Amino acid sequence: MTKLTARNVNVFYGDAHALKQVNLDIRQNEVTALIGPSGCGKSTFLRCLNRMNDLIEACRVEGNICLDGEDIYDPAVDLVYLRARIGMVFQKPNPFPKSVYDNVAYGPKIHGLASSRAEMDDIVTSSLERAGLFEEVKDRLGAPATGLSGGQQQRLCIARAIAVCPEIILMDEPCSALDPIATARIEALIDELKQNFTIVIVTHSMQQAARVSQRTAFFHLGDLVEVGDTDTVFTKPVDPRTESYISGHIG
Amino acid sequence: MMNDRAEHISKAFDEELRLLNNRLAEMGGMAEAQLAGAVEALCRSNAELAERVVVRDKEIDALDLEIDMFSVRLVALRQPVAADLRTIFAAIKISSDLERIGDLAKNIAGRTLAISRFPPLPTTVSIASMATVVQSMIKQVLDAWTARDTQSAADVCARDVEVDQHYASLFRELLTYMMEDPRNIGPCTHLLFVAKNLERVGDHTTNIAEQIGYVVLGTRPPDRQTHDPTNALVPEADSQ
Ligand SMILES: Nc1ncnc2c1ncn2[C@@H]1O[C@H](COP(=O)(O)OP(=O)(O)OP(=O)(O)O)[C@@H](O)[C@H]1O
Ligand SMILES: [Mg+2]
Repeated sequence: MTKLTARNVNVFYGDAHALKQVNLDIRQNEVTALIGPSGCGKSTFLRCLNRMNDLIEACRVEGNICLDGEDIYDPAVDLVYLRARIGMVFQKPNPFPKSVYDNVAYGPKIHGLASSRAEMDDIVTSSLERAGLFEEVKDRLGAPATGLSGGQQQRLCIARAIAVCPEIILMDEPCSALDPIATARIEALIDELKQNFTIVIVTHSMQQAARVSQRTAFFHLGDLVEVGDTDTVFTKPVDPRTESYISGHIG
Repeated sequence: MMNDRAEHISKAFDEELRLLNNRLAEMGGMAEAQLAGAVEALCRSNAELAERVVVRDKEIDALDLEIDMFSVRLVALRQPVAADLRTIFAAIKISSDLERIGDLAKNIAGRTLAISRFPPLPTTVSIASMATVVQSMIKQVLDAWTARDTQSAADVCARDVEVDQHYASLFRELLTYMMEDPRNIGPCTHLLFVAKNLERVGDHTTNIAEQIGYVVLGTRPPDRQTHDPTNALVPEADSQ
């Protein structure tokens, strides 16, 4: 089932045409990987999906993006609510300078998801558990989040993102600052999370895209060149530009 | 056909793929020579040549092992995808087909001594002409691999039918000799194995041809009909 549809999406930064006529369907409960050379527009596209580009002054988005068939760029859309439905995890773990507990509780608090301290405790605990972090931090929930290791901080950010029960999680190179073990844990987590969420991940690691995703979309110079089943894209890509990029060819 | 011809950013990887192709070509040349030697030894009752073929089979085995290890290393270190990945997996399979062709050549050579103890049968001529077809198929498939020529590879697959026909007719021929004179049963049985071995070489050659299609097009051919044309001949022979 299609969760998000992008139709004829064009993005401009001032005069620069960063994304050109992009058409892409994001399927529910699947992991979609966005790959492509630096500057091709992956992050730009990801930011279109939860209107993070609204925050960039020079940025203009054209076209149509629908979540469950509803235009997310409709002026009537409540942005706070939209971003609760579509969460985001960034390249660098960015915990708030607060306690581990408060980091996870922050979202549910502003969205009024808990009516008592006990309910909030439940949300925090289960989010940390689902992010595979609870065991490691259960004795230091009151300690500052910035004291965690990079891999722990990234899982904390994932816990923070899932605490508000989003439907979609966008991840922009979530493992680029992590070692192979922390990376493997996040990848295993992504695999589990897809049962309940729809995930879109930007990655520079071809192996990571191959390991975690069901669909892969290849961007090049602002064009969506190819999208297909990950198996096919990595064994028999259709477009020579895709082949060149994933094989590490010159040009 | 940019795929495996296009240069990689990593020069070392290009070099490794080139090495893999060279080793495979070398192995193909050896298998071809071994089969030629085996058939010649058999047809001319040349025991010395036969012995050399048997000994040299170890070299093909060693190359097969080397290609396997090298390919595993490439997969681990380069994490190849797309055409690179298909090339490496095809190389592993082709090398094992060539290794089997080497074994079959060795097996043919190994019968030289046994057969030379008997007075020669005219069948040798038919064996030689079947071998000629098989050998030219091997040569064609090796060239097709080097050129990544799918058309020529498909042609090799089609020619396997010829080999099967040769085999069926040899089978019939040998049956008549055996029925004529029970003393022919010994040498004819050996020759039957030789014919069967040649027919198997044809199959392995066809396997290699199919790998070429896979590397270039990324698709597998539909299942091959591999029926043994002699199956139907057995009851007929019984009824006589
Ligand atoms: N805030 C901005 N202002 C102006 N131009 C921008 C801005 N953000 C991105 N761009 C431009 O848009 C194009 C696409 O950038 P984007 O960040 O989406 O690429 P990317 O595929 O995510 O690259 P990377 O892999 O390096 O993260 C680039 O040419 C970039 O310079
Ligand atoms: Mg980016």
